[in-house]
Formats: sequence, structure tokens, C-alpha cells
Amino acid sequence: MYGFEAMTFNIHGGYLEAIVRGHRAGLLTAADYNNLCQCETLDDIKMHLSATEYGPYLQNEPSPLHTTTIVEKCTLKLVDEYKHMLCQATEPLSTFLEYITYGHMIDNVVLIVTGTLHERDVQELLEKCHPLGMFDSIATLAVAQNMRELYRLVLVDTPLAPYFSECITSEDLDDMNIEIMRNTLYKAYLEDFYKFCQKLGGATAEIMSDLLSFEADRRAVNITINSIGTELTRDDRRKLYSNFGLLYPYGHEELAVCEDIDQVRSAMEKYPPYQSIFSKLSYGESQMLDKAFYEEEVKRLCLAFEQQFHYGVFFSYMRLREQEIRNLMWISECVAQNQKSRVHDSVVFIF
Amino acid sequence: MEKFVDNLSPMDLMRSEKMKLVQLIIPVESAHRAVSYLGELGLLQFRDLNAEKSPFQRTFVNQVKRCGEMSRKLRFFKDQIIKAGLLSSIHPVVEPDVELEELEILLAEHEHELIEMNSNSEKLRQTYNELLEFKIVLIKAGSFLVSSDNHAVAEERELSENVHSNHSYDEASSLIEQEMGTADQPGLRFISGIICKSKALRFERILFRATRGNMLFNQAPAGEEIMDPLSAVKAEKTVFVVFFSGEQARKKILKICEAFGANCYPVPEDFSKQRQITREVSSRLSELEVTLDAGIRHQNKALTSIGYHLTQWMSMVRREKAVYDTLNMLNFDVTKKCLVGEGWCPVFAKAKIQDALQRATVDSNSQVGIIFHVMDAVESPPTYFRTNHFTNAYQEIVDAYGVARYQEANPAVYTVITFPFLFAVMFGDWGHGICLLLGALVLIARESRLSTQKLGSFMEMLFGGRYVLLLMSLFSIYCGLIYNEFFSVPFHIFGGSAYKCRDATCSDAHSAGLIKFRDPYPFGVDPSWRGSRSELPLLNSLKMKMSILLGVTQMNLGIILSYFNAHFFRNSLDIRYQFVPQMIFLNSLFGYLSLLIIIKWCTGSQADLYHVMIYMFLSPTDDLGDNQLFWGQRPLQIVLLLLALVAVPWMLFPKPFILKKLHSERFQGRNYGMLISSEFHPDAEPDSAREHHEEFNFSEVFVHQMIHSIEFVLGAVSNTASYLRLWALSLAHSELSTVFYEKVLLLAWRYDNIVIRLIGLAVFAFATAFILLMMETLSAFLHALRLHWVEFQNKFYHGDGYKFKPFSFASITDDDD
Repeated sequence: MYGFEAMTFNIHGGYLEAIVRGHRAGLLTAADYNNLCQCETLDDIKMHLSATEYGPYLQNEPSPLHTTTIVEKCTLKLVDEYKHMLCQATEPLSTFLEYITYGHMIDNVVLIVTGTLHERDVQELLEKCHPLGMFDSIATLAVAQNMRELYRLVLVDTPLAPYFSECITSEDLDDMNIEIMRNTLYKAYLEDFYKFCQKLGGATAEIMSDLLSFEADRRAVNITINSIGTELTRDDRRKLYSNFGLLYPYGHEELAVCEDIDQVRSAMEKYPPYQSIFSKLSYGESQMLDKAFYEEEVKRLCLAFEQQFHYGVFFSYMRLREQEIRNLMWISECVAQNQKSRVHDSVVFIF
Repeated sequence: MEKFVDNLSPMDLMRSEKMKLVQLIIPVESAHRAVSYLGELGLLQFRDLNAEKSPFQRTFVNQVKRCGEMSRKLRFFKDQIIKAGLLSSIHPVVEPDVELEELEILLAEHEHELIEMNSNSEKLRQTYNELLEFKIVLIKAGSFLVSSDNHAVAEERELSENVHSNHSYDEASSLIEQEMGTADQPGLRFISGIICKSKALRFERILFRATRGNMLFNQAPAGEEIMDPLSAVKAEKTVFVVFFSGEQARKKILKICEAFGANCYPVPEDFSKQRQITREVSSRLSELEVTLDAGIRHQNKALTSIGYHLTQWMSMVRREKAVYDTLNMLNFDVTKKCLVGEGWCPVFAKAKIQDALQRATVDSNSQVGIIFHVMDAVESPPTYFRTNHFTNAYQEIVDAYGVARYQEANPAVYTVITFPFLFAVMFGDWGHGICLLLGALVLIARESRLSTQKLGSFMEMLFGGRYVLLLMSLFSIYCGLIYNEFFSVPFHIFGGSAYKCRDATCSDAHSAGLIKFRDPYPFGVDPSWRGSRSELPLLNSLKMKMSILLGVTQMNLGIILSYFNAHFFRNSLDIRYQFVPQMIFLNSLFGYLSLLIIIKWCTGSQADLYHVMIYMFLSPTDDLGDNQLFWGQRPLQIVLLLLALVAVPWMLFPKPFILKKLHSERFQGRNYGMLISSEFHPDAEPDSAREHHEEFNFSEVFVHQMIHSIEFVLGAVSNTASYLRLWALSLAHSELSTVFYEKVLLLAWRYDNIVIRLIGLAVFAFATAFILLMMETLSAFLHALRLHWVEFQNKFYHGDGYKFKPFSFASITDDDD
């Protein structure tokens, strides 16, 4: 029923949309960032944040602050908001909200498995996990020796189980394997999420397909750049790209054969939306690519709020908050390490 | 008229307090003291002179941070005290204030001490909890092993018999015994431990998967809530024993145990050994308990001693923080030796403020006094009404619509009476009124107790409006007596009815009616009307006309208040071209209607007022015929109609043109705008708005005036009609209560059955309490509110001021708790 969401959307989604738009109004603005960038110490940052929505989360922290504490508390706020929304949500919004966390779940699985491989303490690893991607038996991941065991023991209970069908091998886990596993999982996850959004239809499908396509394309570029010079074959690389998005399928063919960053560039510049991103970079440069992609993403996420009666706002809000937390982390790190000149390097203003 | 108005004695609430913009130049050494004295006084509203600076760029940011840190420590103490369950037993003592620096050191010491104590007791508690878990595991798993012994051993025997046929029972059991110590022996082994109940099921499932089903899982609830040694959270737990075989499986299971946070404890197979260990554990437990108890006692003592001062410290830190926040609003002057502050204060408080500043200078041994002088204000001052317990609620009702413009006539003066009265017109029933009165009296009687404690949002609202409720109930009783309704039942309070039946049988009472045989019923509606055929026509006509009379009166009052406003602000233009035509317009139409109503009531005439009013417009020259109420009515009507017609252009056209003329006269020959300096103001009236100097836009002014006039003309009709809600609501109320009385209570009473009667009574009581007393009160309240906000206040009230918010310690509440 495209175009008729206005009639029925608010029955179930109205309250939560209002909530999420209210949360969005609490995002830090450029003025806030300017003030934060002028801070001299972490206490200044705390003081400034105490005037924002983060106030209650930081007010009980004793004074010698650490960057990790700030990030932890800010993430806690995001998690609290997410949990509140999830509690209030009905189908299909609740499934949609759960989909948002699967990405973190994949990251957490990879983190634990890699960590165990390098014989790190499980508790220490658990603390590093993103709280949104936690599931019940996550600690048990450490028991598994290979992919098959990983799947059979733990992941079969999680929502990630269907994504695993492509990467079950009996090979022992190693760094390369795990990275491929992460990308295969991500690919399956994005495709599944995309399919789910298309099934929802309406404005949700329209907006989410734009956002997810961007995500898929960005991953494709990142995979390509990261796999240049590794033993990953072209076919294997090709297999890791998600089967949708602006680059699918012809762009993928071109990306699959790229051997250096400039080839990636020439492949991408054929697509007008990405031209602007690459035009900002000088030739042969890939460090600033992340920031350029983040900026483009933030722009697209903000645009999702311009339309009403769709679920894309929830996705956008979560992503924007995560970006904001990344910004805060960067600013705090710069302040803590007296690198204030580099403060603007990685901060992406949201408004 | 002007003289009369000038001679009226000033009313406190009518105009907001005169305010002055004052400047304070405070030497740095006495600044803190001066500001805290002003905070105690609470009559000065500081203006933020550093609005463009972010919080951490201000002067006293360090002090604010320190206060924040201290309040964090205090919150920590409070948490600890609450956790220890000591809050109720501590009675705060008041001691002389300590210095902030001392307090800071004191707090740091206390915090350090507490943290140390906590970490000590934490270790002890962890050991204690571990032992406790061990004990429970020993008991539960022990009983398992006993019960499953035969079972497990039987299995084992079966198994081993297949391999070694000569295995005996003793050998098998000794094998199990050895398993605990020697890991590398093959055979059936077990791990016992304890796990959170919520995780037990998943734990079992993962174990099953990991060992491919080659294990035996036994569990038993621990029975009581146990604190986890690591996370220190109380949870229900389950004791488990896993039987398995093989070294590989053991490693896996241990890993899974670790991942699930299950604590494993070795349980010896041998009963005597078990008993011995249990005994050991128990004795160690009791030892630890003693130590822990001593620790807790010590900690509680420390906490109690902190608790004595906690409230005082908290309020002190809060005050300090407020003082520094205020100091942050001040500017340094050029020499950096003085702080410059600006703020609003009421004129009457100037002497008090000066006194406080004087004291601050003396107390801080400052060489230089604090300079306090009045400045000219550019912007409009804040609005400040001095209210008391009684008037506060009414002022709130008005403020909820909009805070009065500075020194504007305050409708709250009249709202005190008119609001409850209009409410009562809609809620006239002295039975219900008495119920409300009792509620209001209870609230007022407990005033001192309720005002100190925190109430829920609903109770808070009721309590805040207790005096409104009181007057509403009193007026309801009054109106109820006039309507003669007590839960919709009429009473012969003021003597007998004026009517009686035509004959003794009273058979035709409802067809032919009653006859009047003596003087009218002295007060209110005659009880005989009730239930008669003409009850509704009579009451409707009465209430409708009464509503119009009340409405026209109140609207006239509103317009008269606009005269007071114009007079007060010396705005003769508004009087001549707004007040006068408005008065004429309203009264020539609806004032005349009111006159007709009164004449009709007094003379008992049968004239049809609808007809009179409608034909007054349609054909004013026609003969009135039967509808003539008094001599000379027709010419009067024509005059009134003409007056009303003249009044419309009168209020529409002259004012904008005169304004334009005044403007062009003022700026005649001057092409340059005025220089606006904040120091000097050409005409020293404090409230002369600067907008006069702004560019004069004629079309804007004209459109504005047009909107105003049209609104008034249409409003005169629609507002009068709107007052008919008084009639409608009171009709609804009385009909509703009649329904509940007749159709529920009387219907139930007709049965001679106690159960039905009780049910009827219960339903009646429920409906009276919830529908009539709560819902109807609410709806009548809202309608009265609307009549005041819209119909009354739009005649004169601008309501675009802002409230006076003085810097005051009394208003600093503990919002951070």
C-alpha cells in the first residue's frame, strides 16, 4: 500500500516515531561540537556533556575520567534508548529493530573468535563487545575450534544462524578465515535485511533500500581496498560483495579485478553519487576515504528524517548516534592525548 | 470618570510589582558573600551577561566543577546509606555551616574511607559467598550423588561388566572416588557447581551439544537467593552435577562453565569426606560471618555519622553551586577588580537589597562598598505578583494562559470569585457541593503536612487547587440551593411550595397542572416544579437567560478592564477609538437583550424575545405588536441599531490613521532614524516601548486593527452564544444526576430485596463519585476555564509578559535526586 502509510502507520508506529524523532532532537549540533573541540581536559568535556542528554549518564562518574568511561556511558544511553524502543515496538517494527543489531552481533562474534584465537581472556573480550550485539551464549564462542563447531554449538540459537549456511567449513579458524567469515556473514545479513525491508514495502522499502545499498557499496569498496595485495582470489572477492546496491552487478565485476586504489577510483567514478566522494580525495589516497564515506552516510541518514511514516528513521537514528559516539571518542582521545590539532580530522558533524 | 478611576485605592494584585533594572558593581572579595545574601533574600533576578560563553569558559567554572564533584560524592554517600538501609533511622542534626574548602576535604576523606571499607568488605563478602555456594553445592550435590549413586554406578557397572566381567561394586565406587583427584583416568567423572537459574536450561543445552549427548545433567534448585561472588547480584541459583567421560569433554565443559559464569566446586564422593568438608566450610562460614558483621557495623557507624550531616551538606553544596552559577552570569569590569551584574528587582525590595549588600560588605571586611544603582531599561521588565496561599492557585490559572504583560491589569483579581462562581453555575447541586467541600476541607486541614511531602502528580494538582476547590464547592452549594437540587432531589428548605393540587386526589396534577395558592417560594426554584411537565421549559428558560446575563456582565467587565489598561498606560487613543465603540456595540445589542430579559422577568410579560431581537435587525421600523415590553421600545431599538452600526467603522478606521498622522508629525522633516543608545533614553518612561521608533508600517497596523475589529464584532455574537454553555452544562449535570437517582437508586428500592437494594446503592454511589463528582467537576472546570481564557480575557488581556524568577535559595529544589 505505497503512499497510504499515513492512514495506518500511526496505529502502531506513531508513538515510537515520535520518540525517535525526539531522541534525534537530542543529537549534538555543530555548535556543541565546536564547544567540545575547544575543551582542554576531559572534565571540560564532561561538563559540556552534562548540559546535553548525556548528563544523567555522566554525572556520577568520579573525576579522573577516561575516554573509555565517556564512550561506555554514551553507548549505555544509546542502548537504553534502543531497549526502550524495542520494548514498545510491535511487529514488524520489532523485527526491524532487531535487524539493526545483527551487524553488531557479527562484529562481536568475530571479535570473540579472533580474541580466543590469540588466547585473550574471555571476560576482557566480552567487555570490548558492543552491548547492542550481545546475545545469551556469546561467551561460549570461545569453546569452538572451527566454523562447524561454532555454528553447531552457539550460533544455531542466534538470529545469525541462517547467514552461516554459506561459510560452514571444517577448516580451523585463522585470521584470514575469520575475516572472510565476517564479510560473508555481513553480505548475507545485508541481503536479508534488504529483502525484509522490501517485504515491508512503502516508504520504508524506498528509504531503506537507499541506505542499505549505500552500506553494501561501501563494504564492497572497503573489501576491495583491503584485499588488494592479499592472496584472496578475484572470484572469492567477488563472492563477498552483496548482491544488491548501486554497484551490482557491473560495478562488482570491475571492482573484483582492481589491483590498486586508482583502479577502484576509476571504477567508482562511473557512478555519479560516488563521484563526489572520490573527487574530494587526491589520487592514491585512501586514508580519508573512510571519513568521506561517513560524511556521505550521515547526509543520507539525516535525509531519512525528512519523510514521515517509515521505519528508516529508527535505522538512521541508531546510526547517527553511533557516529556521534565515534565523534565523542575521537574528540576525547584528542583531548586526552593533547593532539587538539587533529581534532577535526575525524569528526563528522551531524547537523 | 478619570478622576474616579484615579481615586480608586490601588489593588495589590491588579498591577504587577513595579520593577527596576539595577546594576551591581561588586568588589571581587565580597562578591561571593553578596550573592549568597541576595540568594537568601530572593528578590533579585540576575541577567546572564555571558550568554555567548560556553559553560566552561566562564570565570568560576572551577568552583562549579568542584561543587559538581562534591555533590557526586554526596550522592554516593546517599546511595551507600540507602543500600545499607539506614535512611529511616537517621535524624539529621543541624550544625553551623562549615567552609566549602573544609567540606571538600571532609568529603574526600569520607569517600576514601568508605571506598576502602567497601573494598575490604567486598573481598570478605566474596569469600563468604563462595563458601556459601560451596556449602549449598556440597549439600545438594551430595544428596544427588547419594541418590544417583546407585543409578550411576549401576550404569557404570553395566558398562564395565561388558568390558571386565569381574568388576565388583566396590571397585566401581572406588573408581569414582579417585576421579576427583586423578584426571587422566578413563571412566565416568563429574563436575559439580552452581549456576544462575535463568541460565541453567541453555547451559544444559550447550553442554549436550558440546559433548554430543555423552553426558548426564542433574540439577536441583538451591532453594534460596544467593549473591553471586563476582557480580554481587542476588539471584536464584541451581546446583548442577554433570557426569561425563573423557579428558576432551572435561576441558570443554570447564570452558563452557567459565563462559556461563557457573562456579564449579569439587565435591568428594566419599560421604565421610563430604561431611568433614561440610563441617569445615560451615565453621569457616560462621567465622567469616562474625568478621563481616563487625565490618558492617563499622561501616554503618561511619555511614550514620555521615548521614547526620548529609542533608545539611547537600543543601549547602547546592547553594554554593547556585551562587557560583550566578556569579558566572556576572561580568568583570575593565580593572578586573570588580564584578558587574545586572538584574531586575521589585521597587519595594530595593531597601532590602541595599541592606543585604551593606551587610555583605561589612562581613567580608571589604574596603570598597558595593555600588547599587538603577538603570534605564530597554526591554520590558518581568511580571511579578505577590501572591499568597489563597490567591496563588488563581494566579496560576491565569498564568497558564499567558503571563501578564508588565503592569497590565491582572484578571486573577476577578478570577478569584468569577471562576468558582461560573463553575458552580454549571455544577449546581448542594449535595455534590457538600461532597466537594468535604474534600477541600480535608486538603486544607492537612495543608501543613501535605505541603512538606512529595505527592503524586494528580494529588499535587488537587492540593495546589485546594482553595479553588473550596470556593467552587461553596458556590456549588449556593447555586444548588437556588436550583433546589440535592443529588437531584428537591427539598422544602425555605418553607412550603406555592402550588397545590386542584383536588385531594391529585389525579390531574400531570395533565391539568397545579394551582398557585400562596406567595412564591422564597428562595430558589419551587420544589413542585420537579417532575412536572413544564419543569424543563421553565428551567431551560431560566438558565438560558441567566447565562446571557452573566456572560454580558463578564464581557462588559473585560471591556472596562481594557479601559483601566488604556488609562494606566495613558493611551487615550485606545479609550476613544477602541473602548468606547466596543462598549457601545456590545451593549446596544446584547446589553439591550439583557435589559429585555430583566424587564420580562420583572413584569411577567409574555413577549417573545427571539422575535424582538431578530426583527430588530430585519425590520426595525415595524410595529412590535404583542411583543412590546415598554413604551418607546421601537425608537430605542432603531437608535441602538444605528449606534451599533456606527460603532463598527468607529473602531476600525480612526486609530490606524491617527497613528499614521502622529508618526509622520513626530518624524516630520527628519530623514534619519533615532540613535538608540542603551544608556540614555529620550523620554524617561520606563515602559514606553521602543517600538515607537521602529519603522511605521501602515498596512500592517491597518490589517491588525481590521482583524481586531472583526474579531470583536463577531466575537460579541459568538462569545455571548458561548456563555450558553453555562446553561447546557448545568442542564446536563442535573439530568445526569436525575437519571442516576431515578433509574438506579429508586428502581432498586422498588424491589423488596436487600441484595438488589445494596447493588443499586453501590452503583449509585459509584456513579455519583466517579461520573458526577470527578468527570463532571473536570468538565465544568474546563468550561469555566475556557470562559475565562477566551470570552473574558480576550477583551483586554495581552498575556505576553514573562515571569519574575528571582535568584533564591528557597526555590532551589533537589531536582538532581
